[in-house]
Parts: sequence; structure tokens; C-alpha cells
Amino acid sequence: MLDILSSDFFQRALLGGLLIGITAPLIGIFLVLRRLSMIGDTLSHVTIAGVALGFLIEVYPLAAGLVFAVLASFAIEKLRKAYKSYAELSIAIIMSGGVALASLFFTLGMGYNNDVMSYLFGSIYTLDVNDLYMVGGVTIIVITVISLFFKELFLLSFEEDAASVSGLPVKWMNMIITVLTALVVSTAIKIVGALLVSALLTIPVAISLLLAKSFRSAIVLSVVLSEIAVVGGLMMAGFFNLAPGATIVLLLISFLILTLIGKKGLTT
Amino acid sequence: MPAAQDCHQPIIQLKNISFSYRDQQVIQGLNFTAKERDFIGIVGSNGAGKTTLLRLIVGLLPAAEGSIELFGEPIRRFRDWERIGYVPQKNSFNPLFPATVREVIMSGLYNRKNLFRRITRQQQQKCDDALEVMRIQNIADKRIGQLSGGQQQRVFLARALINRPDLLVLDEPTIGIDAETQASFFELITHMHAHHDMTFLMVTHDLDMVQGYLGQKPVDQNGKIQFFVRHSHEAQDCVEQDLQHTLV
Repeated sequence: MLDILSSDFFQRALLGGLLIGITAPLIGIFLVLRRLSMIGDTLSHVTIAGVALGFLIEVYPLAAGLVFAVLASFAIEKLRKAYKSYAELSIAIIMSGGVALASLFFTLGMGYNNDVMSYLFGSIYTLDVNDLYMVGGVTIIVITVISLFFKELFLLSFEEDAASVSGLPVKWMNMIITVLTALVVSTAIKIVGALLVSALLTIPVAISLLLAKSFRSAIVLSVVLSEIAVVGGLMMAGFFNLAPGATIVLLLISFLILTLIGKKGLTT
Repeated sequence: MPAAQDCHQPIIQLKNISFSYRDQQVIQGLNFTAKERDFIGIVGSNGAGKTTLLRLIVGLLPAAEGSIELFGEPIRRFRDWERIGYVPQKNSFNPLFPATVREVIMSGLYNRKNLFRRITRQQQQKCDDALEVMRIQNIADKRIGQLSGGQQQRVFLARALINRPDLLVLDEPTIGIDAETQASFFELITHMHAHHDMTFLMVTHDLDMVQGYLGQKPVDQNGKIQFFVRHSHEAQDCVEQDLQHTLV
């Protein structure tokens, strides 16, 4: 049973999972607090279209997915400006566009559909060295950018008007968040799958919002929770032969339920 | 004493401002000047355009016509944003946001000039000072959403004051707060006006509240927006300034 822990594929999965466990809640907190939780779902669907095209034209699928996600993030920002009072409209349009493109590429590349499926539901055990480089690169970018703009991103998320009155480049900062989300989502889909990626972005944050006493502690707590879920989920999946992505997400949901029960117990 | 009035520099100059939302004209041909140490009350009912005007003044909206100058600089070129303290409406933030009072007050320092800069010990001291001035040290580590409306507004006032601004802009600061807390908040603001070198610009729908301090009659009107102004001990300021010039 313990052999799995020392196997190369498991160690690669663990490393990749740990890196995504940092970046997903780190960017997720800014999305959740700005009521943009669905953006992760949208970008993951678009990434699948890119991945499908990558298989079709024989380009590294994750890179093609990343390019699609970044382009979609620009399109979302454009549409958000065009429909200012309907922020969710841009998300709905891009998501359906992504699904439409993905299904089009599926039908064109019938032979690759099994490979594409691994991106839909995640296949963390198939992470190769290239995938790890990509996840590692994205982790460095996300941590660097968020560290550089941490205080400004705090103000932007707390109160966008105050950020504007302070002369902060609000437009650029919105764009930065969306592009970073695209990077994180496109690299996370091989780990938990496109259908589950927004769980990693939002559930650790949802729990930390219930428990944290400050913004800093909310960030630390959501990263810690996500890491515990990644490690615990991978172990359980390895031992009991379960789907790793699904196990990680269900573990997070059980943490959330326990927190809600615990909070209720404290308040009654 | 005519010279006395001229010694105050203009802080906000609005020249022939017009603004409309789609086909609905909200502000038309507005001219107004606020000088150093003035307390300006912009009063009007809901939909009168007073918040729109405030958003134009702080650069959150571009004027369709006319020009806006802040501290003598056209708003497009204006970069000294730390000279402006901004107190938003009570409902402008998400009450579930996990930020402490200290974190919110510190955010008053996060402006263009401090981009990429780390928080210094001196800046943390400024936050402690702002907490002390507003007498909210005891709630410094509480989450902002857990506080009463009156306490939240004191926090936002502390945040606006952390840079020791020259202009304090307040957007309906007492809306959604009980009458007693409203009165004490307004008293706090008028006390600050009387004792500090600051210009105040307050948007409110509460005519009664401003009339007691700013006088019964508006000095100007544009559509449904009324302007009430009180010049702070202006004669005394300018006499002192003249005296200093003479002595030098």
C-alpha cells in the first residue's frame, strides 16, 4: 500500500497538488471577495477548448489551454466594460463560447477524446515533468505579483471606489487578477479537472471567511486548508483507489460542512 | 475686509460642468469654487445628482463637458491623491469582508505614490495615531463587519485622515445610522473643521443637519442640488497670514 507514496507519479502529483494548493486560494480570495467566483468555472471551460485544440493540432495541450484562458480573460474584461451593470453576463457568454468551441474540437478530433476527458475530470497521476515546470512557473508568477500588489489588491477588493480615489491603476489591477486566474485555472485543470477547478479557488476561501479574524489570516488559513485537502485527498485516493481530484474537492466540502456545524454549535 | 477673502486658495474649481446618464441630463452648466478651509454641504434629494457630482469631483466619473480643477491642477493631470481623504457611504463595502479595523485604516495609505513600497514603521504609527484620534483603539483588531454603523463611519473617517489630507470628501456619511449617532458624527466633523486646516465637502440628503452649521440659505443651486458653504474663521486666517507676511 505504501509503495504508492514512493512512486514517481505520486510524488509528481503531490508536488503539483501542493503548488496548486497555494496558488488557487491565493487568487481565489480576490475573486470570492469581489463576487467573481464563477470566473474560475468560465475560464476552465475555455481552457478545455484550448486543450482540445492542442491535441488536434499536436501542440502541448496545457499551453494551448493557457493561451485560450488568457485570451478569454481579456474578452471577459472587455465584455464587463460593455455591460457594466451585468457583470455576470460576460461570464455566461464566454463560458458558453468555451463549451461550444470545446465540443466543436471534440467532434473534429474523435481519437483524442479520452485524453481530453482527463482534463475534464483531472488526472493528477499523469502529471509529467513539463506539467510540473508549468505549474511551478505559474506559482512563482502568482506569488510574485500578489506580493508586489498585495496592499493595493486588498483595497481594490475591499472598496474599488476608494482604490480609484487613491489614484491606483484600477483597470490594470482588474486585468492582472483576471490574467492570474487564467494562469492558475489552466494549470489546475490537470490536477482536479476543469469541472472541479473552481472548488479549489472558492471552497478554502469560503471556509476561511467564516473563521478568519483578518484579511491576512484569511489568506493563510485558506492556503493551509487547501494544502491539507490536497495532501489528505491524494493519500485517501491513493490508498482507496479513488479519483484524486474528486476526493480533494469532497474533502474540502466536508471541511466546509464541519466548519458550518462547528460555527452553529458555537453560536447556539 | 476684501483682502481677507482672497487669501484662500481654490481647492475645487468646477467650470461649466455637465453630465448625463444616457439621455437623462443630471448636471447642467454647473460652476462652483471651494476654497481652502471651506465646509461645503451638497444637499439634494435622492436622484438629484449630488453623488454623481461628488464622483465627478474625485475623478470616479469623467465630465461630459466643462473642466474640473483640484488644487489648481486639471483633474486629468492631478496626481496628489493623498491630499484627498474619502469617506464612502456606509453600504459601499461587503460587510462579510474579513478585514480588521487596523487593515481598513492602513488602506488609506495605499495610493499611487506608495505602489510597490513596503509599509514602514512610521506609517504604522500614523495608523495608531488615527485610531487614537477617533478613539477606536479598543476595536482595532475587530472585523469591520462586526461594528455598529457609527463605529464603521469612525473607522472610515480615521482611514481618510491617516494621510492628513487637505480635502476631506464625505459621501452621505451618516446614511443608515441612528439619529443620535448621526448627530455626534456631524458634531465630530464640525469640530474638526473648526480646529484643523482642512476643506470639507459633504454630500447629504439631510438638510436639517447641515443648516445648523452651514446656514439656512444655500449659496448656490444647480437643478435640484443645493450648495451650502461655511468659511472657517476666514477673516482671522487672512489677518494672521497678512501679519506673517508683514513680519517677514
